[in-house]
Amino acid sequence: MSKAAVHGDGHDHDHPPFLAHHFDDPEQQYDSGKLGMWLFLVTEILFFSGMFCAYALYRSIHPEVWTFASQFLNSTLGAINTGVLLFSSLTMAWGVRCAQMRQRTGLIVSLAATLGCASIFLGVKAIEYTHKWELGLLPAGTYESQFLPAAVHHGISQWLYVLSAIPAVCVVGFGIWYAMTIVKGEKENSEVAGPLLVTALCYFVGVGLGLFLESGGEHSEDHGPGVHSEQHTDGHGQEHSGDAHEGEEGEPGHNDALEGKDGKHSVLPGDAKVVFVSTEADGMAPAHKPGAATDKEIDQRGGAGLFFSIYYCMTGVHAIHIIGGMIVLTWLLVRATRDHFNEQYFGPVDYVGLYWHIVDLIWIYLFPLLYLIK
Amino acid sequence: MSEIADLSALPQEEREARENFLFNTKGFLSWALTLDHKRIGLMYLVGVMSAFFIAGMLALLIRLELMTPTNTYLSNAQYNQVFTLHGAIMVFLFIIPSVPAALGNFLVPVMLGAKDVAFPRLNLASFYLWVSGAIFFLAAMLFTGLDTGWTFYTPYSTTTQGPVVAATMGVFILGFSSIFTGLNFIVTINTMRPPGMEWFKMPLFLWATYATSIIQVLATPVLGITVLLLAAERILHIGIFDPAYNGDPVTYQHFFWFYSHPAVYIMILPGMGIISELMSVHSHKSIFGYRFVAYSSVAIALFGFLVWGHHMFTSGMANVTTIIFSALTFTVSIPSAIKVFNWLATMYKGTVQLNTAMCYALNFIFLFTIGGLTGLWLGALSTDRPLHDTYFVVAHFHYVMVGGTLVGFLGGVFHWWPKMTGKMFSETWGKVSCLLVFLGFNLTFLPQFVLGSRGMPRRYAQYVAEFQELHQMSSYGAFLLGFGLFVALGVFIHSLMAGKKAPPNPWGGATLEWQCTSPPPYYNFLEPPTVNDPYNYKPLVYRDGDRGWEYVHPEAPKVPQAEPEPAQS
Amino acid sequence: MSEHAASSDSNASGGHGHGFAHPMPVWQLLAVFFALIILTIATVYQATLDLGSMELVASLVIATIKASLVILFFMHMIHDKPLNAIFFLSSFIFVALFLGFTLMDAHGSGYQDKIELKVLDSQRAVAPADPSAEAGNEAPSDGEGGGEIT
Repeated sequence: MSKAAVHGDGHDHDHPPFLAHHFDDPEQQYDSGKLGMWLFLVTEILFFSGMFCAYALYRSIHPEVWTFASQFLNSTLGAINTGVLLFSSLTMAWGVRCAQMRQRTGLIVSLAATLGCASIFLGVKAIEYTHKWELGLLPAGTYESQFLPAAVHHGISQWLYVLSAIPAVCVVGFGIWYAMTIVKGEKENSEVAGPLLVTALCYFVGVGLGLFLESGGEHSEDHGPGVHSEQHTDGHGQEHSGDAHEGEEGEPGHNDALEGKDGKHSVLPGDAKVVFVSTEADGMAPAHKPGAATDKEIDQRGGAGLFFSIYYCMTGVHAIHIIGGMIVLTWLLVRATRDHFNEQYFGPVDYVGLYWHIVDLIWIYLFPLLYLIK
Repeated sequence: MSEIADLSALPQEEREARENFLFNTKGFLSWALTLDHKRIGLMYLVGVMSAFFIAGMLALLIRLELMTPTNTYLSNAQYNQVFTLHGAIMVFLFIIPSVPAALGNFLVPVMLGAKDVAFPRLNLASFYLWVSGAIFFLAAMLFTGLDTGWTFYTPYSTTTQGPVVAATMGVFILGFSSIFTGLNFIVTINTMRPPGMEWFKMPLFLWATYATSIIQVLATPVLGITVLLLAAERILHIGIFDPAYNGDPVTYQHFFWFYSHPAVYIMILPGMGIISELMSVHSHKSIFGYRFVAYSSVAIALFGFLVWGHHMFTSGMANVTTIIFSALTFTVSIPSAIKVFNWLATMYKGTVQLNTAMCYALNFIFLFTIGGLTGLWLGALSTDRPLHDTYFVVAHFHYVMVGGTLVGFLGGVFHWWPKMTGKMFSETWGKVSCLLVFLGFNLTFLPQFVLGSRGMPRRYAQYVAEFQELHQMSSYGAFLLGFGLFVALGVFIHSLMAGKKAPPNPWGGATLEWQCTSPPPYYNFLEPPTVNDPYNYKPLVYRDGDRGWEYVHPEAPKVPQAEPEPAQS
Repeated sequence: MSEHAASSDSNASGGHGHGFAHPMPVWQLLAVFFALIILTIATVYQATLDLGSMELVASLVIATIKASLVILFFMHMIHDKPLNAIFFLSSFIFVALFLGFTLMDAHGSGYQDKIELKVLDSQRAVAPADPSAEAGNEAPSDGEGGGEIT
């Protein structure tokens, strides 16, 4: 019909089908795509640099706030997610190798593994996020002090059901599709549907993993040492955890808060005399004189919300990149089952690989910068 | 190539008519879904001109309001919305895409002797991103007024009622459009040069485009994250820029100007590239100091990243930072001055033809030089303090943006119009439009320097009565400028309706685009063209108005080299 | 074109038999992966140590080593055209410019020092009821006002 048909898809007899008309040979096409992809990665780096700049700015101004706020991140989950992403990078690089050597099955398996890892990553991330939302660890505008008893954790967050809706729909959809392809014997389609089903299921693997570790690691990691060490010294730790259980039974949060507040008042005088941030809990002591601010004071003085703003921005934009990457990986998977890639034409796999590695690379920096601050 | 239908049996004229990119396929979809860089360039041209029309009308509305010291047509709030939209539409929808996306898309592959840009689909996507961004802006304009100024400074932008989120999403999308265009050009220039075209045999327009593209790729993502954070600030109150949540509004300015100062060079560099071409072609003399002009483009692009702080001298920056930024600001004047001197030296002893494009080029040099020199006042700390946020700043950047980019863009459109449409235009009326633009522009903005130095602040709908005369001068100038631009539009429309057929090379240019027919066939070149020195005019001779300039072979008898007549219609 | 086709058939496992393709040997991929895992463990372990101000430096050094491994091997920069590497690596220069100037300004301006952290609203309801806690807040925050900026 149009220009597009004539111009874009018309193929010369000595042009292989994968070579666009305006390139002379596959190598020129590959080099152009590669340079384009590297340039795109440059834009990604600069895109993230804005958030790193905000991070560096506020961390350097309020280091103690960052140390305080960082304890609420679960570094076990962070480390696991790092490992998962590194593994997905490995499978992606392997996939590129398979494409370059025209190993169709290998490529499909690698891409499926990469997709699965991405999905696990998101599952774990969903647990981390929803857990924090429940605790009121929110961006600056909605951040709730961690020293108000209103911040009670309710077990499985309602938000988790919301976030899991899409993967659940995907499991059902891909499951049905996979079954249909098996019944109909469409091999190529089932090679797409199978990995996608596994991918959707992997999200729930990630969720399970996150739930297990989040509940297991809660006391050591997540309920900041500040909260607990203080309350333990006053013998109110049990009361607090008692609150948590009541919360699960569905008692309205407001009553909790009020009772808690009363309880708090009785606690407060104690605070002044004891519990500076203990060295083993917080690690910032060497930089500070004795008499440095307690966690509670840091929290009250504000600024912790900024940490969570930046945390959500960085990890959120990163997660969006993961989701974007999963969409392109799916596209690659479809093309891989159609056997589109060979020694002369593996560009798309390579470019998506580059993108995937840059997402991994950004996480490599995010992990220590966000989770491992002391 | 099988997609090129074999039409060699047809007579030359018939074949050209069938193959030229404007008519080789027909129908709306053949344009809407085209992957041909020339058609995309033309669609961009129409798009940016429409945006320019809207924003220009808003400018005239502003000048109309400022005829009197009190509110006559607009309330203060409406005035704020009008200047905001004027600025935002001009910057994001017109100036930034004007030369690179419209002329650049058309010219870069043809000048390279390539068949298309490296990523044709991305190119089309970038056009549609531009359209979607434009829709966001128009929505912001139609629904409720955006009144933050085009800079979206916090904390006002986080607290105002206006549609800041819609507008920032528009900016975000437009940023992607800009990035994709830049990325495409870098790759195209890097990997698709024909054999024989080394870096220093490239036309200077390509150097300028390349430098521009580097800025687009490096700076625009920062704008993206800035507006994204701003939107998040409004929706989620993340507090990074908001003092209410322990954030720092000056940080927003750093973020914003890290993009927006280099963006100034996105706006002016391609204009400079056009002028380099025009000066050389219409003087029929090789460009003076080719390497210096080429390097200075890259130098401007890189220096542009070092000076953003000069927009923030009065924002509460550290003293030491202001001094450093001020000192760095002056370094940008060096490559800019190199360019101006080289252009002037190019004309020296050249065969200058004062046709429309050249008139615009001279216009550019005059206005841009004033704009550049007044920038020194604003780059110097002591003079910037009183002049900041006055009409002096307004006049300064209009001299650069309008006197520089817009005039250069119009010069470029006149210069390549025959190539793009295959039609010649009326030289006389073209020159009239140039004169009107020159007079109108200076009448508009020279008084604003005086206004600013007397302390008239920008962005006010009302002013003290003693400024009225200068403001009225400025307003009359704006109407004259607008009229001049309408004359230029009339010239183009007349040319489309009744223009004479253009020869392949009406001006005697030696760059590759003049080697293919006017308008070019959809495949540009059947095989990579022979690459010559792009500024060697010796082998070109002028035949007559219908044939334009043609190459003579070295062994052909030398045609008596009479003073070449300007190609007039 | 033809020599690409010819050469691509000649070799199935080596690094240089695929025209412009450079498949990574499997051992390299695995070695890089395990190195990355070990470095991740190292960075987690390092976080439990008490390195004071070197803590940030140490974690960034480890992260940079990891990033270099990813870039060089997983992203094939080691086989890539120098131009691509220059483009990519130069982006870090611009990031450094951006961060450098912005941070320099934020720390030099004194503007940031003047931004007192805003006490959380929810806390205000609690804190005034308890003068001793409030007094406890004031003293260290004043003491740190100068210290945390430097």
